[in-house]
Amino acid sequence: MKDFRYIDGAAILKLDREACIGCGQCVTVCPHRIFSLTEKKAEILDPNGCMECGACSRNCPVRAIYVNPDDGCGCAALLIARWFNTLIGKETASCC
Amino acid sequence: MATSLTWRDHLGTIGARSGLCRNNYKLIPGLYCTGTPDPDSPVLATANYKLSFDALRKELTGIDAWILVLDTRGINVWCAAGKGTFSTAELAYQIQQARLAERVSHREILLPQLGAVGVCALELKKTTGFKGIFGPVQASDLPRFLNSGKIADEAMRTITFSLAERAVLVPVEICLLWKPILIALLSIFLFSGFGPEIFSLAAAWQRGVTAAATTLLAVLAGAVATPLLLPWLFGRQFWLKGLQTGLIAGLITLILFSKQAGLLAGFGLFLWSISISSYLAMNFTGSTPFTSLSGVAREMRRGLPFQAGTAVLALVCWVAGAFF
Repeated sequence: MKDFRYIDGAAILKLDREACIGCGQCVTVCPHRIFSLTEKKAEILDPNGCMECGACSRNCPVRAIYVNPDDGCGCAALLIARWFNTLIGKETASCC
Repeated sequence: MATSLTWRDHLGTIGARSGLCRNNYKLIPGLYCTGTPDPDSPVLATANYKLSFDALRKELTGIDAWILVLDTRGINVWCAAGKGTFSTAELAYQIQQARLAERVSHREILLPQLGAVGVCALELKKTTGFKGIFGPVQASDLPRFLNSGKIADEAMRTITFSLAERAVLVPVEICLLWKPILIALLSIFLFSGFGPEIFSLAAAWQRGVTAAATTLLAVLAGAVATPLLLPWLFGRQFWLKGLQTGLIAGLITLILFSKQAGLLAGFGLFLWSISISSYLAMNFTGSTPFTSLSGVAREMRRGLPFQAGTAVLALVCWVAGAFF
């Protein structure tokens, strides 16, 4: 998405180009179109466009992509609950 | 199954979008169809949230298709995929339950692109023999996708967040807030009563109404104005975006109430406005399709201390304002 940008350098997304077999599934599924195939391997064109949805990593046949595995929709209320519960040593149920 | 929505569907949409019955707006999982599908007709997978299902079927007028509805506990495709209910295993289970292999001659299943968060197409092929093909992000692009040889262009594969898409989220944002708002309002009336006579009911009511009005204005700034004005507010961090709308709400509050409440108390109301608005804007990150959880955590480490600090300072100014 070009008209909305979020904080640069925040998203955790790693691609192991050595392991990549160039199937192109990540290019297909990314809703922010940040992947491309170059020289028969995937390449991250726009790392700051990543929202950590995890579709690429889920569909990678050789596990060459790592995305922040922390689930949750990412609303502040959930994170506060989680931080608070970590303090008092409780599990947090997911929100919405 | 009908491909046009009736007044009951639209009424249900209003109910779900306003948050009244959002958590229980689902249908029974399983195989449905539009038109009169035969063994060669395409199979489309979706979630059992009724809004997702409606969005899909209303695009299928004149198209004969099978629709496989997964049990996502009434959650939309993208969120359910993130939470693991719109998954490869659930899809495999529904394929088997519906005896899909006996009903269709081909071995293809069209998946919403956003379902890729939970469904691995290659794993699906391995476990069920069905090839998962990711369709467009929006169901409205499906007819074009089906007519163009099941190839999605870049636009069909890209998520958007238009004004209309943001506006439709506002009612739920507000309705999910009624509890914290109620608690905040009760505390506001309580704190407004403190003054030279220790506690005065008259003051609690009179000053409380002023503070309550300020709070509601700040809620409008944070949960309505911020989502709508999102691309035009400065900065990328949401707590800063909410700060801007909160500043405007705070200034309006100052103009309206500072004469009657006094300058110190007025300043308290101003701080309260930016604190509330900044927090609610920050909470809206959970509803956007472009904010990463890592980014949200990062901005919260700056935003939360600011919001907590201004809220406490606001309270001090407000109570102190009753004495001067």
